Formats: sequence, structure tokens, C-alpha cells
Amino acid sequence: MEAEELKVKSYITKYNNEKKALISILQEVQEEYNYLPQEVLKIVSKALGIPLIDIIGVATFYRAFSLEPRGKHLITVCLGTACHVRGGPKILEEFERKLNIDAGETSKDGQFSLETVACLGCCAIGPVVVIDGDYHAQITIRKVGSILKKHFKKE
Amino acid sequence: MITLKINGLEVKTEEGQTILDVAKFYGLEIPTLCYNEGLSRYGGCRLCLVEIGEEPKTKLVSSCTYPAEEGLVVRTDTKRVIEARKMMIELMLSVAPGSKIIQDLASKFGVKQVRFKIRNEECILCGLCVRMCAEQMDGRAIGFQNRGYKRKISTPFDTRSEECRLCGGCIYVCPACQLRCQGPDADTAVCNACLTMDPTCLDFHDELQCWMYDVGRCGTCIREKTEESNNKKRTQKSKQKEKNA
Ligand code: SF4
Ligand code: SF4
Ligand code: FES
Ligand code: FES
Repeated sequence: MEAEELKVKSYITKYNNEKKALISILQEVQEEYNYLPQEVLKIVSKALGIPLIDIIGVATFYRAFSLEPRGKHLITVCLGTACHVRGGPKILEEFERKLNIDAGETSKDGQFSLETVACLGCCAIGPVVVIDGDYHAQITIRKVGSILKKHFKKE
Repeated sequence: MITLKINGLEVKTEEGQTILDVAKFYGLEIPTLCYNEGLSRYGGCRLCLVEIGEEPKTKLVSSCTYPAEEGLVVRTDTKRVIEARKMMIELMLSVAPGSKIIQDLASKFGVKQVRFKIRNEECILCGLCVRMCAEQMDGRAIGFQNRGYKRKISTPFDTRSEECRLCGGCIYVCPACQLRCQGPDADTAVCNACLTMDPTCLDFHDELQCWMYDVGRCGTCIREKTEESNNKKRTQKSKQKEKNA
């Protein structure tokens, strides 16, 4: 853990131990570990002098952070109003079936996490699905399989 | 010195007082729930709403957070205030009908129905426990988590917190758990029993369920149960059974 601790500390010193940089620091941690490990949050709490409970408050407020380990790949299905009326929920169901997990869950092999979001701000091209940061426009149920294949064939 | 008007009465106060402070000082009653003298103001329950300004430009503000201003016109019991207050109570009642404090508020302000889905939660998110822990107990063990409909109070990672000193302060101030009210086996979430003159508890519960652990002290159970009330109970019970069936 000691090496880990140094790594976390380096994020914190990068922002001059400033309390107001909490979100940026959490973002770096999330980036590194794909979630916010308990131990790391405790280190951050001590180093910044912010009570742990307040950090948890921030971490649970934003959807960008997760306290549970997330899968290697993040699939986000938009269920905002526009995407909803264009069939977002059906598309979500299709992903759930194909990946064999429910929304908000991570597959057992740690490969995929499936999440929902309420509007990504690009309603015109809805229904929208984001896979590891790549936006896919006008998704239909039929396209789900091919998208998954295309996206994960690369590896 | 600031001079303002509450319910037509000219009152004087100092800079930095809230409307609620002034009203209390002059003995005008404004109901509160998330307010506690020893804690910071939160303005979350909206029970202390008052109407400020002159017609037709009036607005509702929470008196526990609104500072007294020179020349302010405040009214504490207008139709608008009463209706808003009743709505808040009805909403809180639908969330935590098990709270005696909220049931009592319902009785006091004539809330006789709950038109929302009954959720039977143990928390109305008033934030008293969080402030108690941080401000009086120097604890920092509990706080708000998540947001929207998932918002809740808990410790970090939902386990026993190292910061908690087991002082019980949070439970002491909690309106939802310091006093449990079972209510009669009513068909609705409103009990409205405590503040009426009917014998209550023992009509519906046996001795062992006295929450004062001192059967007979409040006197309700000693009152002779009339044939009538027994009958009432019986019909109510059978009605309920029919409903459940
Ligand atoms: S019992 Fe624990 S959580 Fe509750 S007020 Fe005391 S220190 Fe805070
Ligand atoms: S647990 Fe009790 S005191 Fe704390 S926010 Fe909920 S209702 Fe209020
Ligand atoms: S509703 Fe999906 S992007 Fe706006
Ligand atoms: S007492 Fe003022 S909002 Fe709760």
C-alpha cells in the first residue's frame, strides 16, 4: 500500500493540498483506479483535512464517481426525455440482455459496466449510447449487437 | 434597531436576527421542524413559512432563515401560509407516518388526509442529526449522501464510523426516530388520535406496547373503556380484515 499511498499523495501535492481541488483529485483517482477505493478516500481526507463524510458526500453526488469498482468498459445509455421517447429504454433492455447485467451493474468478469444517464446534451442525434467516451448516434435495437462487436473487436 | 411589522404589530429587533427569532421573542408561534436553537439554520422543512411583502406582491419565505429587515411586513397565518404548511406536513407524513412528532403536527394543523404514496421511511432528510453531530458533538460521522430521490443519511461506506463517539446526539434530535408512534390500525397514514379526547393507545394496543414503559402514567389506559369504543374497535378491525382479504 505504501507505493499506492505515494501515488495518491502525488495527486494531492499536484494541487498544492488545496481543499478546493477535491473534485479534480477525485477525478484523477477515478481515472487511475476506475473507482474510488475506500483506503484512497481516507488518505485524501487526511491530507486535505476534509472530513471523510464530506468527501463521500461529494463522491456520491456526482455520477462521474463510483464507490464500487467499475468494469473496464463503461457503456452509458441515455434515458433523457428526447432519447426516452425515441426508444432509449428498449435499447437499454437490449444491452442488459446482451451483457447479461442490469443497469447500474458491472459484469462478473469485470469487463463491462452499464449505466444510464439523463441527457447528454445532444438530443438531436438520439437515442444516444456512449461507449468508453465514443458517442454513438441514432441507435436502434438492431444496431446494439454490431456496435458491441465493432467496439470490442479491436482488442 | 430595526422596526418591522408582524401580523400588523410593530416590533423592534437588532440586526442579524431572523423573522423566527423576532416572532419567538414576541411570543408569536411559528411551527418549526428542522430548526433547533443550538444548531445552524438549514431551511429544509419549510414548516416555518411566513408571507412577506404587501399585496399583491407577497411571497413565502422560511422564517428561520430570512433576516429581519427594516420596514418588512410579515404575516404568519394567512391562507396561503396555512395551505403551504399543511401541504408540507402531508408530504412529510407520507414519508414517515411512524413519527409521533409529524403525527402531532398533522393533528395540530388539521391535516386529515394523505394523498401521496405512503413510503414508511425512517427519515425526512431534515438534516438535524448531521448538524448535531458536526456542530455540537464534534463528530463528523454522518452526512448526506447521493442526490435526488436516492438522497440519504449515512456514515462513510455505510459502516460504523471511526469518528462516531456513540453519544446518541443524532437520535436525540431526530424527529423521525426519537419518538415512535404506532398509530391505531388506521386505514390511512394519518392517526390524529393523540390530540383528540378519545382514549387512544389502549384501545388499540395492549399494555406491553406502552412506549413510556410506565403503564398507567399518562392515564389513557386507566380510563374505562366504554362498550362503544370496544364496538368501534371491533368493527374497525373487521373492516380492515375485509380490506386485506
Ligand atoms: S452518536 Fe455518533 S453519529 Fe450520532 S451524533 Fe454522536 S458522534 Fe455523531
Ligand atoms: S435521520 Fe432523523 S434527524 Fe437525521 S435527517 Fe433523517 S429525520 Fe432528520
Ligand atoms: S435526451 Fe439523450 S442526449 Fe438529450
Ligand atoms: S424550521 Fe424553517 S425550514 Fe425548517
